Amino acid sequence: MNWVRKDLLGLEDLSKEEIESILSTAESFKEVSTREIKKVPALRGKTVLNLFYEPSTRTRVSFEVAAKRLSADVINITTETSSVKKGETLIDTGRNLEALKADIIVVRHSASGAAVMLARHVSISVVNAGDGWHEHPTQALLDIYTLKEKLGHVAGLKVSIVGDIAHSRVARSNIWGLTKLGAQVTVCAPRLLIPPGIEQIGARVTDDIDAALKDADAVNVLRMQFERDEGNAFPNPLEYFKQFGITRERLEKAKKNIIVMHPGPINRGIEMSSEVADCPNSVILEQVTNGIAVRMAVLFLVSQAHDTKNEDTH
Amino acid sequence: MREKAKILDKDTISRTLMRIAHEILEKNKGTENLCLVGIRNRGVYLAQRLAACIQKIEAQDVPVGILDITLYRDDLTLIAAHPVVHKTEINFDMNGKNLVLVDDVLYTGRTVRAALDALIDFGRPNSVQLAVMVDRGHRELPVRADYVGKNIPTAVNETIEVRLAEVDGLDEVVIMQKD
Amino acid sequence: MKILIKNGRVIDPAHNIDEITDILVENGLISKIAKNIRNSADKIVDAQDKIVMPGLVDMHVHLREPGREDKETIATGTQAALKGGVTTVLAMPNTQPAIDSVENAALIKRIIQNTAKANVLITGAITKGRLGQELTDIAALKKEGVVAVSDDGASVDNEGLFQEALRQAKENKVLVISHCEDKTLSRGGVVNLGLTSTRLGLRGIPNASEYKRVERDIQLAEKIGAAIHIAHVSCQESVEIIAQAKKRGIRVTCDTCPHYFTLNEEAVLSYDTNMKMNPPLRSKDDVAAIRQGLKNGTIDAISSDHAPHTENEKDIEFERAEFGVIGLETELAVTITELVQSGILDWSAVVQKMALNPAKILGLGKGTLSIGSDADITVVSAEEEWIVKKENLLSRSKNSAFLGCNLKGVVEDTLYGGEVVYP
Repeated sequence: MNWVRKDLLGLEDLSKEEIESILSTAESFKEVSTREIKKVPALRGKTVLNLFYEPSTRTRVSFEVAAKRLSADVINITTETSSVKKGETLIDTGRNLEALKADIIVVRHSASGAAVMLARHVSISVVNAGDGWHEHPTQALLDIYTLKEKLGHVAGLKVSIVGDIAHSRVARSNIWGLTKLGAQVTVCAPRLLIPPGIEQIGARVTDDIDAALKDADAVNVLRMQFERDEGNAFPNPLEYFKQFGITRERLEKAKKNIIVMHPGPINRGIEMSSEVADCPNSVILEQVTNGIAVRMAVLFLVSQAHDTKNEDTH
Repeated sequence: MREKAKILDKDTISRTLMRIAHEILEKNKGTENLCLVGIRNRGVYLAQRLAACIQKIEAQDVPVGILDITLYRDDLTLIAAHPVVHKTEINFDMNGKNLVLVDDVLYTGRTVRAALDALIDFGRPNSVQLAVMVDRGHRELPVRADYVGKNIPTAVNETIEVRLAEVDGLDEVVIMQKD
Repeated sequence: MKILIKNGRVIDPAHNIDEITDILVENGLISKIAKNIRNSADKIVDAQDKIVMPGLVDMHVHLREPGREDKETIATGTQAALKGGVTTVLAMPNTQPAIDSVENAALIKRIIQNTAKANVLITGAITKGRLGQELTDIAALKKEGVVAVSDDGASVDNEGLFQEALRQAKENKVLVISHCEDKTLSRGGVVNLGLTSTRLGLRGIPNASEYKRVERDIQLAEKIGAAIHIAHVSCQESVEIIAQAKKRGIRVTCDTCPHYFTLNEEAVLSYDTNMKMNPPLRSKDDVAAIRQGLKNGTIDAISSDHAPHTENEKDIEFERAEFGVIGLETELAVTITELVQSGILDWSAVVQKMALNPAKILGLGKGTLSIGSDADITVVSAEEEWIVKKENLLSRSKNSAFLGCNLKGVVEDTLYGGEVVYP
C-alpha cells in the first residue's frame, strides 16, 4: 500500500496496512547495511535534523546512521529543557529549522504530545523519536520487525511487556502496533505502574511475572527509569529484580524458544540478569541492527510522502 | 490507454531470448566471469530466462542477481507517485565480472543510469553490458543497449508493454496508446 | 433614557413569568412590564421572536487585572461579558497582587470604577497571597466591599485554618467559595485520570482530588454552620455528595461550567491545550451526572470560570500550558445549544442557573425583572447560529474550548443600568 503521511508521530493512528508497509520497506533497507558501501542515494541532498531535548545516545546515533546511509545530511541539536530556563519555544525552534529548509525533524522531547504539536506547526516532516510517556514508534516498529524476522509472523503471537508500563512510551507504541497486527499483548508490572484503562487499548494485565512468561512467544523487557524523579512510585531496584527480573530460572519455566527483547540500555541485574542478556534467546543486539533498517524505511517513506504532497499542489 | 498493436508473440519472444543468449555468449566468449542482473520487475524474469537459455546452450549456470533501483531514481523516472521499495538481491561477487544488465524496455535511459549508480555501490565489474527486449527510442541520456530484442520506434504518447507469463499470465509485447 | 423592549418572550422565574410581553425602561430602572405598552420611548428594541431575560450573573470570572493585563483587563473582560449577555460578574482574587488586603481591594475597586463596562463584584482571598498559611482580615475586606472570599486556584489545605475562615466569613456575612482540589491527589496532573491519560501518556487527575475536598469542605461548613459554595463541580461523586448534603439541610450551593456539561476527556486526545483546564474535562459518565445535576436542581448555577491566557502560555507543550479557558462570550450559547435544545433545562431554568440563583447565592438584588430593579436585561435570538472564531471574540485572549464550534443563541442586545451597552 502507499504510504502518504509526511510524519510518523505514533502507532495509535496507523492502520495495519501502514505498519506492514513500513516493515516491508525496512526489509529492503536491511540489505543495504550488508553491502560494502552501505549507502543509497535515496535522501541525497536532504537535511535531517535530530532535535533531541532529552538525553539519548542510542536512538540519536541510530537515526544518524540511518539518515547517513540514505545519503542525507544530518545535523544534531541536543538541548536540555528545564522549566526554569525557558528558552526558545519548541514551535519557534521548529519554524526556524523549517526556515533553514531542513526536510525532516526527528524529535525527542520530554513532554507527551510534543511531536504532535510540532507537526501541527511546521509543514516539513516530523518523526517522533520519543515524546514523554506517549509514543516511541520507531522503537516499537523495530521490536515488531525483529519478532517477525525471528518468528515469521506477528498475528497470533503472545507477547508480554514487562516494566514501568505507566511511564513507558515504548510500551504504549508496542501495544498499539502489536494489537493492530493481531498479536496478544500482556503487560506485567507492579499495580502502581499499570496505567488505568490499559485493558481497553487491548492489553491483558498481570503483576505475576511467571504468568506473564508462561506461554509467551516473546517478552519485551523495559528499562526501569531511575532518572525520572517519581518519589515512591518505584519499588527498590533489588526488590524489583526479585519480583520482576528476568532470570535463567524464570525463563526455564517459559517456552524453550521464547524471544527476549529490550530497548536498551540494559540495567544488568535489575530488569534482567546478565546471563539472560547474553543468552541465545536474547535478540537485543539484533534489535539494534534492525533499528537502522526500520529508521531508514521511516525516513525514506516520510520524505517521499512529503515530496509527493508538494508536487501535487503545483 | 488502449492497445494499438501486438508486436511480438510468445514464440517470437522465446526465439529472441535464445538469440540474445547466443549473442551474449559470443561477445563474452563463454560463461566464464559472466553474470546477469535483472532490473526489477520484468527485467528479473527476462534475466532468469536468459540464464535458462544459456544453460541449454552451454550446460553452465550463470549467477543471476535482482536489482531494485527505486532508491536510485531521479525525479523524472518516478513512475508511481509512491514507489514501493523492494529488495535487491545480489548474492555473488561482481568484482572482475562481465555483468549484463537486463531490462524489458529501453526508453529514456534513466533507469539504466540509476542501475549503473546502484551497481557501483556493490562492486567493480570488469564491464557492464545492457540487454533489453525492446528499444523504443527517445533517449535522454547517452545510453545504448549491447543486445536488443527488437527496435520499435514509438511516439511519445505511446508506451510499450512487455508482458511475461510469470507476472502477466502470458507472453507478448504490445504498443499501447494514451487516449 | 426611555427604552421599550417590544414583543419579546420574557422569562423571569422570580415572578413566574414566561410570556410574550413588553418591558419599559426608564432612568436606569425597569418601570413597566405589560403587553402592548404604548408609551413613547427614545429607543425601541425589537424583541420579536427573541427571548428577553434578566442580565446574566456570572459568579466565577478571572479578569486578570491588576497584574496580567496582557491576558485581559477589567475593561476588555466586561466588554466580552456584555457580548455574552452577562451584566454582573464576580471577579476572582488571584490577581497580582491578590485581593488579600484592604489596599488591594481598594486598588481593584478604583480600576472597576474607572474602566468597568458592566457590574463587577469583588472576591477577597481567604489567605494572604492565597498561600494557605495566614488568614486575611475578612472583616476588613467585607467592609471594603468584597461580597465573597475564595482562594480559587487553590484550596485551603489546613483544616483548622479553613474552619476559622468559615467562622469569620459567617460572622461577617461573607460567602465562602471553595475551589476543591487535594493537591496531594492531583499531584502535577494535567488531564483526567483514566483511559485518556493512558493514551496520551500524561499524568492524570483523579475525581477523588475533587470530591474528597468537597466532602471535607461541606463537613467543615456544617460544623461551623456557615454557608458554602462549591465552585466548578466536574464529577459525579461531587454531585452526589452535594445532593446528599442538601438533603440533610446543609447550606451548600454549587456551580458548574459549560465545558463540564458539554465536553468529555476525549476532547483532549489531540493534545489541544484549549481543552486543558482545572478541574479537567472528565469522563462521559461524569458529564451525564453534571447534566442530571443541573436538571434536578442539585447544581444551582452555571458560571464560566472565564480564565484568559495568552497564546504564549497556551500554544506550548501540553504539560507546560496554563490551565483554563475563556467563557463569557459562549456560556449562554453553549447552554442553549446543549441543554435547552435537548430539553434538559427550559428557559426558566436557564435564567435560574445563570442569573437568579447566582444573584441569590451572593445576596444581590439581581437576576430578576422586578419593577423598580436595575434594568440589566439580555435579549437573545435563540435560533440564530454562529461559529466561534478567534477574530470575533472580544476577550483579549482567545483560548476558548469552543473554537470552531457551531453554537445556537446570539445575544442581540444587552442592557446594563438602563442603557443598551451591547452591541
